[in-house]
Amino acid sequence: MARAVTTQRKALNTLAAWTVGLLIFFPILWTILTSFKTEATAIADPPVFLFFDWTTENYSAVMQRSDYAEFLWNSIVIAGGSTILGLIVAIPAAWSMAFVPSRRTKDILLWMLSTKMLPAVGVLYPIYLMFIKLGLLDTKIGLTLVLMLINLPIIVWMLYTYFREIPGEILEAARMDGASLRDEILYVLTPMAVPGIASTLLLNFILAWNEAFWTLNLTAAKAAPLTAFIASYSSPEGLFYAKLSAASTMAIAPILIMGWFSQKQLVRGLTFGAVK
Amino acid sequence: MATQHARSAARLMLAPAVILLLGWMLVPLTMTLVFSFKKYLPLRGGDLGWVGFENYVRFVTSSAFWPSIWATLIIVGGVLVITIAFGIALALLLDQPMWGQGIVRILVIAPFFVMPTVSALVWKNMFMDPVNGLFAHLWQFFGAEPIQWLSQASLPSIIMIVSWQWLPFATLILLTAIQSLDSEQIEAAEMDGAPWTSRFIYIILPHLSRAVTIVLLIQTIFLLGIFAEIFVTTQGSFGTRTLTYLIYQRVLESQNVGLGSAGGIYAVILANIIAIFLMRIVGKNLDA
Repeated sequence: MARAVTTQRKALNTLAAWTVGLLIFFPILWTILTSFKTEATAIADPPVFLFFDWTTENYSAVMQRSDYAEFLWNSIVIAGGSTILGLIVAIPAAWSMAFVPSRRTKDILLWMLSTKMLPAVGVLYPIYLMFIKLGLLDTKIGLTLVLMLINLPIIVWMLYTYFREIPGEILEAARMDGASLRDEILYVLTPMAVPGIASTLLLNFILAWNEAFWTLNLTAAKAAPLTAFIASYSSPEGLFYAKLSAASTMAIAPILIMGWFSQKQLVRGLTFGAVK
Repeated sequence: MATQHARSAARLMLAPAVILLLGWMLVPLTMTLVFSFKKYLPLRGGDLGWVGFENYVRFVTSSAFWPSIWATLIIVGGVLVITIAFGIALALLLDQPMWGQGIVRILVIAPFFVMPTVSALVWKNMFMDPVNGLFAHLWQFFGAEPIQWLSQASLPSIIMIVSWQWLPFATLILLTAIQSLDSEQIEAAEMDGAPWTSRFIYIILPHLSRAVTIVLLIQTIFLLGIFAEIFVTTQGSFGTRTLTYLIYQRVLESQNVGLGSAGGIYAVILANIIAIFLMRIVGKNLDA
């Protein structure tokens, strides 16, 4: 609803919106600032905001913890692996439902959505037990599989809404021009589907990276990703504000950047196409 | 249009996703259902046989049950009210013409991308700590006694943390909905001399009702399952033991699997009641 307004009104809007925006962002800003303080400055009374001796010692301290790189690597493998596995399973499924719909397509889509609503805690023990029996507890592969399964409905849905926007007439035109099924998929459909697939990949990577029920309950030392690493700072003996901030900043920075790119897809992905 | 060949190929392409999700849903859920009718204590004797509905009765009659329902309702309800009220206000504000709109949007959305353990710990230590937290400094500055947030005001504290995480989601969806509003309608109302309040009540709010419903349902489903925020802050003490956390404690901490599974089935039923409403809305949209 962009309308012409007076400069004065616009200035007022700007002031109000920036104030609220900075207030909401403040906890993140404060974490980032604290990560550059010494431990003593971090708990100074009164708190210092900008004028302190900036230091990167917390970052090197966190990095030097022999296991940090491992937690980071676990996060990358688990989030990346579950997303890619999910895409491999979901692309054909979404594709077939979008281009060869049947009477049951709607029911299947809604049923998939319903599996996403299953409360995790309701199946915690069975999964835990199966993980013990199969030797999957505290392994990257086990967690990758679980995260793939919990995000699969979202992946299928997002892809489905993207694929449905590809007009069927284009396929007919290609067929008229003598394209084979293989040509059709490779040269016509794929280029049109890439943006949708990329957005789906991005959003699901974010969701998997931040997942904090299964990652906390199914890992211990070996396969723990950053969510579990950060949670280990909650014990009183681990309480160092500046180091906690540095570790937190490193854990959220890549995702914040990705998140900003995927804000539009966020709406589509998490409302299952119900809000556009 | 589709040939028989295409249809069978399509079924084949769909099969892996359907089979995986079917297995993921049925196998563990069946196990939970079976456990819920058993006395099952893995560390104290293991499977001690069938007990009928005893676990279901014990779960709801235990002294922890009603407080957990209360905690769940207060947290979910509190977060919903805050995120939707502020979400509407924020979406209306962000929709206005201003300088640096893109940057403000980024600032507002950011909390959604912070992993739950990080946001819970940052709030717990750097804001709510009664000695070194920023709130304590702020309270002292105004000469007030700092609050022991997570023990004295535990539920409001959790609500505050979770609302901060979910406000961006509500705002973003409501903003998307507002932007699809026909601006001519508003302009016409404006020209007819409709004051701001009636434009809001009679045009904007009805237009937003669908988006609000969707935010309500999706957030409820996610909020019923919040775990990390409680796990790293209060561990369920000070009245913050939600239904999810209670079940978690029964199953993994006290290893009373039968009892916890009965609780799990209650949680599944509860989530399904909400899911039915959400699916109806989403399903309607599929036909359109």
